[in-house]
Amino acid sequence: MNAPERSRSLFRFAAPNNFYPLAGRLAPWFAFAALVLTLAGLWLGFFVAPTDATQGQVYRVIFIHVPAAWMSMFIYLVMALWSAVGLVMNTRLSFVMSQALAPTGAMFCFVALWTGALWGKPTWGAYWVWDARLTSQLLLLFLYFGFIALTRAIEDPRRADRAGAIIALVGAVNVPIIYFSVQWWNTLHQGASVSLTKAPSMATTMLLGMLVMAIAAWMYTIAVVLWRARSMILERERHTEWVGAVLEHEAQLKGGRA
Amino acid sequence: MAQWESWSAFWDMGGAAFYVWGSYGLTFALMALELVLVLRRRKDTVTRLLRWRRAVGKDSARKTGAPVSVMESET
Repeated sequence: MNAPERSRSLFRFAAPNNFYPLAGRLAPWFAFAALVLTLAGLWLGFFVAPTDATQGQVYRVIFIHVPAAWMSMFIYLVMALWSAVGLVMNTRLSFVMSQALAPTGAMFCFVALWTGALWGKPTWGAYWVWDARLTSQLLLLFLYFGFIALTRAIEDPRRADRAGAIIALVGAVNVPIIYFSVQWWNTLHQGASVSLTKAPSMATTMLLGMLVMAIAAWMYTIAVVLWRARSMILERERHTEWVGAVLEHEAQLKGGRA
Repeated sequence: MAQWESWSAFWDMGGAAFYVWGSYGLTFALMALELVLVLRRRKDTVTRLLRWRRAVGKDSARKTGAPVSVMESET
């Protein structure tokens, strides 16, 4: 990756010493975008989107529930993708990305289940039912926990990376099952309100609020994952000179403030 | 305030306050917690690695593996 002819290409950022400062520069911008979009999304969701004809106000949970559910599935797929890249190309940064994504994916997965339960009670009369959609989403949470526990339990990072990658790849099968569960089985959970093939079955302002919140969740995820990856890179590259230089710089900053 | 007659109507959420605010409250609490943990992890990592570098000596830090006792004790 350090060959001179590649140094100007995007591959350059596959090298941890190039990725680390880039991530540090980009993360605050993603965090800022997340904040602005969240405020815009909340405003759309609470003050612009109309009351739902059948559900009244409780439907406003949707502005969190759907983006969180989307993120929980998408993050798992990205984890599986990075795992595959890591296994095939043997790039250690890929495994870092995969492991940096997992806690945020688990968080969104839990949020999707939690908000679903709070939405289910007033609309279905139950916090939880063993419906195909809910059960497969719960399985996703366990896959996240399994991935996190396994990668942290194995001390040798190379073995931890590979073991995690296998869970990520095998577990990825569950994601299309979650997504299509509402079509394949007769579920209490409603079908998709938004799909690529047909017009959305909801008011435009509702849809807009949901999409803005979804993009906000994206921006938040990118910021947090970049920050987490930076710590992981320092840890893993601690024997290199560039991390030594970074640490000395941090020590000076600390010394200056004290 | 086109959707709401008053702030109290807003907070009441048509009687669904518990479900709506319970959803939003937990979500934002978890996101804030995650941010705090991620930023604290960075601080801890830098402190711990600095201590490790000093402990093993700057030159040997490059070559030798970290002693398990130093690296794992605080993770």
